[in-house]
Amino acid sequence: MVEVAETEDALREATQREYEYGFVTSIDSEFAPKGLNEDIVRFISAKKNEPEWMLQWRLEGYRIWLEMNEPNWAFVNYEPIDYQDAFYYAAPKSDETAPKSLDEVDPKLLETYEKLGIPLQERAALAGIAVDAVFDSVSVATTFREKLHEAGVIFCSISEAIQQHPTLVKEYLGSVVPISDNYFATLNSAVFSDGTFVYVPKGVRCPMELSTYFRINAANTGQFERTLIIADEGSYVSYLEGCTAPMRDENQLHAAVVELIAHDNAEIKYSTVQNWYPGDENGKGGIFNFVTKRGICKGRNSKISWTQVETGSAVTWKYPSCILEGDNSVGEFYSVALTNNFQQADTGTKMIHIGKNTSSTIISKGISAGQAQNTYRGLVKVLGSAKMARNYTQCDSLLIGDKCGAHTVPYIETNQPTARVEHEATTSRISDDQLFYVMQRGLSGEDAVGLIVNGYCKEVLKELPMEFAVEAQKLLSVSLEGSVG
Amino acid sequence: MLSIKDLHAEIDGKEILRGLNLEIDTGEIHAIMGPNGSGKSTLSYVLSGREGYAVTKGEILYKGKDLLKLTVEERAGEGIFLAFQYPVEIPGVTGLSFLRTALNAVKRYRGEKEVPATEFLKLAREKAEGLKMDQAMLKRFVNVGFSGGEKKRNEVLQMALLEPSLALLDETDSGLDIDALKLVSKGVNALRSPQRSALVITHYQRLLNYIVPDKIHVLAKGKIVETGGKDLALRLEEKGYSVLGLSDDETQAA
Repeated sequence: MVEVAETEDALREATQREYEYGFVTSIDSEFAPKGLNEDIVRFISAKKNEPEWMLQWRLEGYRIWLEMNEPNWAFVNYEPIDYQDAFYYAAPKSDETAPKSLDEVDPKLLETYEKLGIPLQERAALAGIAVDAVFDSVSVATTFREKLHEAGVIFCSISEAIQQHPTLVKEYLGSVVPISDNYFATLNSAVFSDGTFVYVPKGVRCPMELSTYFRINAANTGQFERTLIIADEGSYVSYLEGCTAPMRDENQLHAAVVELIAHDNAEIKYSTVQNWYPGDENGKGGIFNFVTKRGICKGRNSKISWTQVETGSAVTWKYPSCILEGDNSVGEFYSVALTNNFQQADTGTKMIHIGKNTSSTIISKGISAGQAQNTYRGLVKVLGSAKMARNYTQCDSLLIGDKCGAHTVPYIETNQPTARVEHEATTSRISDDQLFYVMQRGLSGEDAVGLIVNGYCKEVLKELPMEFAVEAQKLLSVSLEGSVG
Repeated sequence: MLSIKDLHAEIDGKEILRGLNLEIDTGEIHAIMGPNGSGKSTLSYVLSGREGYAVTKGEILYKGKDLLKLTVEERAGEGIFLAFQYPVEIPGVTGLSFLRTALNAVKRYRGEKEVPATEFLKLAREKAEGLKMDQAMLKRFVNVGFSGGEKKRNEVLQMALLEPSLALLDETDSGLDIDALKLVSKGVNALRSPQRSALVITHYQRLLNYIVPDKIHVLAKGKIVETGGKDLALRLEEKGYSVLGLSDDETQAA
């Protein structure tokens, strides 16, 4: 506790000092300096030309955040984060450190791109080389937009939505993850850079899978992303987030917030492949990924399904959750979390049963290799109102090698005698017998592990949209490289 | 095809093979019989390169190459196939996908073209039919929930697809009823060709009624103690291993 208090003091001191020196950022400048204070929040809001209500919302977030403490209950270990030593708006790219051509990029990273089959012209951009990206996808995106427009689906950046659809944003932003929800979500509320907004009107089945890939201006929003998806009565939408290619990012700290709202008979399917830079094989560098994702099944018979494949980041802290408020609503969580080398993941879900006959399914597959630590943390909560609620949880851990760890922390709270809650958990290793069997059929050790792990994750991978699933399979194999002797 | 000279091998410091000599010519099928613990399975693991089996002395030439220098997957690529005594389950991986991955891995090793999906599907179905295997089995996860007989047939199916130069069958007959035994034997016999060889490891003579070997060897205490023709197997069946002057205790390698 002493430490926390000290950090807090230091934080306050730093903030005050900035004020003392009368630091003001000119809106004309492209970049805000390092650090966080009210002026930075105002600067971000002004740069985006936001209406006053949005600025006030951000400032409220910032003020609450100042009073909060960083959570320390997760099973992850990292050096204290200096929040004043980060950029909160468009960090200037330092020309000295950025690679100038592919020759200067870590050959290992290029090898990975090769294995994942990333087109050559995209590799440079992913590796962080300053290039004028030629977007073949611009025309694709335009066609996309037209089709969506015809269907009445709104799909744009959150900044755009704040300008164009303020009523919707005002109504729903913060309605699932309140401003004061948790340290990282609150920080995001104050400084979110950009993100995605989706609104699917009544009775509309979104004519295509939505993906940030096809959203213009999607670049550089990874750090404090804010996503809001609303599925109105009887609508359906499937949203894909992320990218299988390991992306370099100068910003070590990531804190995203995703909110989903499903009205009567609506369904939202949200799929993620997260492959932020995990750090090198000695545990140096890598992204800290603190994500708050939550959906509410507001209406009767609504459904929210989360599918995630988490292979990246040095530290992952993420619990995509469902609030099952509407009667007969359904929540699903399918997760693969793979950690190698010195990665740490603490991930899981919360299923909050409020409505009658609500049901939830949790399938979690944790894979640890190297010296990684992988924790499943989950809560199934059945309120007194949730008659006949039903949950099934299956939580499997797979260990590769003998220096890694797998941990399972399931919480079950039920106040409803008619509820049925099932929990199954297994921990296993890839056996020598399995490896030898597969290798005797001609596969290399790494390919054999890849095959076995992909089989192990089958139940989750099959929930992913087809082409995403194929990419994810490759990703799992590539991420495990070096994990077998 | 295969030439083993004075092979000594141990596991966990315990010597199991103690000066084994064996020559198999191209196109021949040999059988190895022997009591439990005589080193039959160890021989198949040493030949396929399983980790933990250390060769302390001797040499193995396969197609003129030093086999002991090759890794497990290289040996598979070179055409060595082991039909396992206890086939292993691989949850989540369908038989079809496993077979195709294996076939293409071996093809890649040999610098051959991979088999396109549609062509492969046809091939797999044909081979499965030949073994009277239900097509649905190809869609099930490898060996998961298979009966003993199904597992063995699945091994032979893999063998049929991979068309090895040297097939090692480790007690493929154990746990099979007579009909399954006939089917499995049919599968093995179908692979017979002047270019291929096989080593059939078995505890019982009855398999050799269906797969007729060119030579039969008796393995005891980590060595080949007797070599002969079909009559040797019949003699053993009738009188037991004591006919060779081996008591039950002595047959143990340890």
